[in-house]
Amino acid sequence: MAEPTVVASGLTKRYGDRAVVDHLDLELHPGEIFGLLGPNGAGKTTTILMLLGLIEPSAGSMRVLGLDPTRHPLEVKRRVGYLPDSVGFYDQMTGRENLRFTARLNGLPPAEAEETIDRLLREVGLADAADRPTGTYSRGMLQRLGIADALVKDPRVLILDEPTTAIDPEGVAEMLALIRKLADERGVTVLLSSHLLHQVQAICDRVAIFVEGKVVAMGAPHELAAQGSGPEVMEVGVDAESDLEELLAPVDYVREVRRGRLPGLWIVTVERGRVSDLVALLVGKGVRLSSLRRVTDDLEVVYRRYFHPEVAHA
Amino acid sequence: MLDTAAPTVPAGTGWKVVARKELADHLLSARFVVLIGVLAVSAAAAVFAASGGIREVAPDATGIPALFLKLFTVTTDPVPFPFVTFVGFLAPLLGIMFGFDAINGERAQGTLPRLLSQPIHRDEVIIGKFVAGLAVIGVMLGALTAFVSGLGIFRLGLVPEPTEVARLAVWVVFTVVYVGFWLALATSVSVLVPRAATSALVTVGIWLVLSLFGGFIFRAVGSFIGGDDPTAALRAELAVSRISPLTLYSEASSALLDPSVRATGLVSLEQIDRAMVSNLTLSQSLLVVWPQIVALVALTAIVFAAAFVSFMRQDVRA
Repeated sequence: MAEPTVVASGLTKRYGDRAVVDHLDLELHPGEIFGLLGPNGAGKTTTILMLLGLIEPSAGSMRVLGLDPTRHPLEVKRRVGYLPDSVGFYDQMTGRENLRFTARLNGLPPAEAEETIDRLLREVGLADAADRPTGTYSRGMLQRLGIADALVKDPRVLILDEPTTAIDPEGVAEMLALIRKLADERGVTVLLSSHLLHQVQAICDRVAIFVEGKVVAMGAPHELAAQGSGPEVMEVGVDAESDLEELLAPVDYVREVRRGRLPGLWIVTVERGRVSDLVALLVGKGVRLSSLRRVTDDLEVVYRRYFHPEVAHA
Repeated sequence: MLDTAAPTVPAGTGWKVVARKELADHLLSARFVVLIGVLAVSAAAAVFAASGGIREVAPDATGIPALFLKLFTVTTDPVPFPFVTFVGFLAPLLGIMFGFDAINGERAQGTLPRLLSQPIHRDEVIIGKFVAGLAVIGVMLGALTAFVSGLGIFRLGLVPEPTEVARLAVWVVFTVVYVGFWLALATSVSVLVPRAATSALVTVGIWLVLSLFGGFIFRAVGSFIGGDDPTAALRAELAVSRISPLTLYSEASSALLDPSVRATGLVSLEQIDRAMVSNLTLSQSLLVVWPQIVALVALTAIVFAAAFVSFMRQDVRA
C-alpha cells in the first residue's frame, strides 16, 4: 500500500479542561475517501483546522503529506485544498475573480491559473455564472464554487467540511460524484466531515464515527454495520398461505414477528447471527421463500446508537 | 513515495496579493467615491474662501513669507475652517472608513477561514490590508492637496516656491501617518469586535471623545497635577494633551506649514523678547516638531502592533 498521506496519532485539543478532540488516531491513504461522521460539536472542525495548521494541538502528533502542519503550515496549505463549513466569497467580486485571487495567493502562473479556473468552473457547473458577482449566487452555487476554490491549487489532499449541507438532493449526488471522480482519477485523498450520514456513507471508503472528541467506531461502512450487537431485523417474503406469526411463535431466537407492508411480507426480528437458522427452519417447514432483506443494513443502526443513545435503547 | 517536489510556496509575497485585492476593492467601493466627493467639495470651498481673503490683503502682502501656504492655513467667512483644520478633522474619518471592517468583514462574509487556509502567513493578511488602506489614503490626500494647490494657483496667480512645495509634501506624508494611526486603531477594533457596525461605532466614539471632550479632560487633569500655580497647570495640561494624536498632529501641522512658527507649547514673554523675527527653513521647522512626529509614528506603530498581535492570537472561528 502507498504511504499514508494524512496521519494523526494521539491528536488532542483541550480548551481548559474540556478535550474537544481526544486522542484521535487516523491514517488516510491516496485515493481514499474518508468520512468523519458525527453530530455538530463533536470536534470535526477542530480536527480539520489542526490538520491545516490553523490550530495548534495540545498533544499528539500529525503528518500531512509527510509534514508537520504546525511547523510547516505554508507547505501543507499549498498542497491541501480546504472547503470550510458554510464557505463565503467576496460578494462584489465575480466567481472567476474569487478563484483568481486564490490562485494568486498560491503563486500559480497566471496563464496556467486561467486554464485551471476555466476547467474547474465547467466541472462544478458554474461556467455560465462565472462572471457574475458571487453576491448573486445561491447557497448551493457558493458551495460548488467552494469546491472549485479548494481545487484551484491542484491539491493532493482535499478536506471538505460539511460539503453537502445547503445543497438540494440532486446537487448532492453531483457533488458526491465529483468527489469520487477526484479520488479515483487523480488519487486525491479526501477527508470529509458530515453530520448527514445518509448523504455521505455511499461514497466513503472508510468512516469514523466521532462523538464528543472520541472516535467510537471506525472502518468500512459495511463492516461497521456488521459490528452491531443487537438483534437483526429481516424482511422475509413468503407465499401468501404461510402465517409466519403462528409458525415462528415457538422458536426461541425469534424476538418478534410483524406483518409487512404487503401480503406475504413479514418483518422478523431474530438474535444476531441466527438469520441462517431462520432460513433453514422456514425451508425445512416447507415455506416457499421468495425474498430476504436486511431492513437496517447500513450505518444507521450504529450511528443511532452513538448519536442518540436514548433512541437506541428505547 | 510522497510528492515532495510539489510546487514551492511563494513565501513572503502573500501580503502583496492581499494588498492588491484590497486596493481594487477600496478604489471601486462606494465609500471611496463618497469620501473623495465630500473632501473635494469641502476642500475647494475652504481654499476659495482663503484665496478670497488673501486677494483682499494682497497689496499689503508683499514680503509675507510663504504666502502660498496661507491658502491652506487661513480662512474667511463664511467657511469656518481653513483647509488644514478641516483635513485634521476629517482625516480620522478616512482612516476609520477604510479600517473598521477589515477583519470582522471577512468573518461576516465567511471568507476568513478560506483566506487563512491558503499558503500565506497570517500576518500577511493584516499587513496587506493596512498597506492597501494607507496607499488609498495617500493617493486621496495627495490628489486632494494637488487639486487644492492648482485651484489656488488659478485663483491667486501665485506660483508656489520650491520650499513651499517641499513643506506641503512633508505635510502630506505626515498627514498619511496621522490617518495611519486611525486606520490602525480601526483595524484593531475590527479584530476585537465581531460586528462591523459596532466596530465603526466604537472607533468613531473614540474619535469624538478625543476631539470634543479631549480639551476639557486634559484641562481637568492639568489643573489636578499643577495645583494652584496656573503656569504649572498649563504646562501639565499641555504635556498630558500630547498623549492625544489630535494635539500632536495639529502642533506639527502648524509648524510644517508656517515657517514663522518657532515653537510649540508655552513660550514666555521673556523668551520671545528681542527675538529676531525671521523664518525657519524646512529642516528647522522639522526640528521644532520632531518630537511630535516621532511620537505620532510611535503611537501608530503601537496601535498597529496591538491589531497585529490580537489577530495572530485569535482563533480562526472566533
